[in-house]
Amino acid sequence: MTNPPLQTIDEQEKIDLEGIEVELLTEGVYKHYGFDFRDYSLPSLRRRVWKRVYAEGLSTISGLQEKVLHDSSCMERLLLDLSINTTAMFRDPTFYLAFRRTIVPLLRTYPFVRIWHAGCSTGEEVYSMAILLQEEGLYDRCRIYATDINEAVLQRAKDGIFPLNTMQENTANYIAAGGTGTFSAYYTARYDYAMFRPSLREHVVFAQHNLVTDASFNHFNVILCRNVLIYFNNQLQDRVQELVLNSLEMFGILALGKKETIRYTAVSSSYEELDSEERLYRRIR
Amino acid sequence: MTGRRRNWSPVIERRPVPPPELDKSPQLIVIGCSLGGMRATQIILSSLSRDFCVPIVIAQHRHRKSDEGLPAYLRRQTKLPVVDAEDKQWIESGKVYLAPADYHLLIERNGTRGELSLSVDEAVRYSRPSIDVLFESAADAYKDRLVGIVLTGANEDGSRGAKRIKARGGTVIVQDPATAEAPTMPQATIDAVQVDRILRLEEIASFLTEVCQITVRHP
Repeated sequence: MTNPPLQTIDEQEKIDLEGIEVELLTEGVYKHYGFDFRDYSLPSLRRRVWKRVYAEGLSTISGLQEKVLHDSSCMERLLLDLSINTTAMFRDPTFYLAFRRTIVPLLRTYPFVRIWHAGCSTGEEVYSMAILLQEEGLYDRCRIYATDINEAVLQRAKDGIFPLNTMQENTANYIAAGGTGTFSAYYTARYDYAMFRPSLREHVVFAQHNLVTDASFNHFNVILCRNVLIYFNNQLQDRVQELVLNSLEMFGILALGKKETIRYTAVSSSYEELDSEERLYRRIR
Repeated sequence: MTGRRRNWSPVIERRPVPPPELDKSPQLIVIGCSLGGMRATQIILSSLSRDFCVPIVIAQHRHRKSDEGLPAYLRRQTKLPVVDAEDKQWIESGKVYLAPADYHLLIERNGTRGELSLSVDEAVRYSRPSIDVLFESAADAYKDRLVGIVLTGANEDGSRGAKRIKARGGTVIVQDPATAEAPTMPQATIDAVQVDRILRLEEIASFLTEVCQITVRHP
């Protein structure tokens, strides 16, 4: 049942060393490139870093550190690994259903609606929101600010071209999300890709923004920040939640991912819960 | 009131407590299962007493759109509180945590405190939640104070994670493939690592109770 003690000690040293290496890597990346991953949640960070180590044909995190610091194209690849979040259109359909039922009626009372989609990744959920708002007849008075830390990812979001083989799932999500039209009407299929209608991004501004190091840039009626904060540790979550709160109008809406909550953060008393299941909150102070 | 900031420890009866430096009893149990896993976890959980205080974290392959059915079902079968894991939730003694559908669940250690962390990174071996991801992160966080259990399933998820658990000095238990609804998963782990025990489902709870040094109080 127990390993020989020697082996355990070796393993123990290896884990401790790995912790040091991750720390040195993130510190180096921050000092040299300005991207701050120092307060990212460790287990996910570690997995993503190791993935890059192997993809570069290296065997240690220290080896990756050397390569990243001397070769900016390697940094770009690491940045992609650390910032791309896989998603789908209408991910968590019940969220979009709740948004239609609970939030849309509130937004109808506004003459103009500013929405911030923080950490929009490759944009699937931005297009989903644009479709929803079009169907509700609200899109013309909305402006969506879609931001991400990564330029390459943003470019994909701007293009609005997604693999055709994901459309079956997307269509099912769209229907479950309460879509009132025909999903295939929103895109044109070309070879293996689906190009989404340019009219969907007419009121979308794509911009690079780093939640960790950049400041608030506007006040919004709605902020969507779904499955982004899970990659941050507690301290960083608190800091970013502060930034989000300061970017939200009084009675503005905050939407988090399905398994995220503000209950544990320092700003929780500033919000009331609109939908506990779908993690919809309203700023009340 | 908040789960994360409160340190909750139940009153438990232990056998004569060894001095801290010799106490190697497990502090966390991780379970991985797939096809047939619902029944299997139910059998284990229903046999654990209400006093069982080592927290349990379960990664069961669930359909992306599966609703809250699984926790509700398990809640009816066990005296232990069962919750769908939330991001950055503290791991509290005596609770059972389930990896939510369509997320990876990872374990982090913050000082003496265990913490849950979610990710939406791509599926590993077509699975999200992935058993390997849970096991590997738990092995790094809990080292030799971890027990990993691989139950029934029709793929090989979990075997890599089991390897990491063994490398970090933890304990790996596998459901006897001959008794598993789908033997592939437990067999893959047996092939990949030197497991500590191969047990029938009915034996797992009593084994856990024994290694966790909990006095079972019969009502």
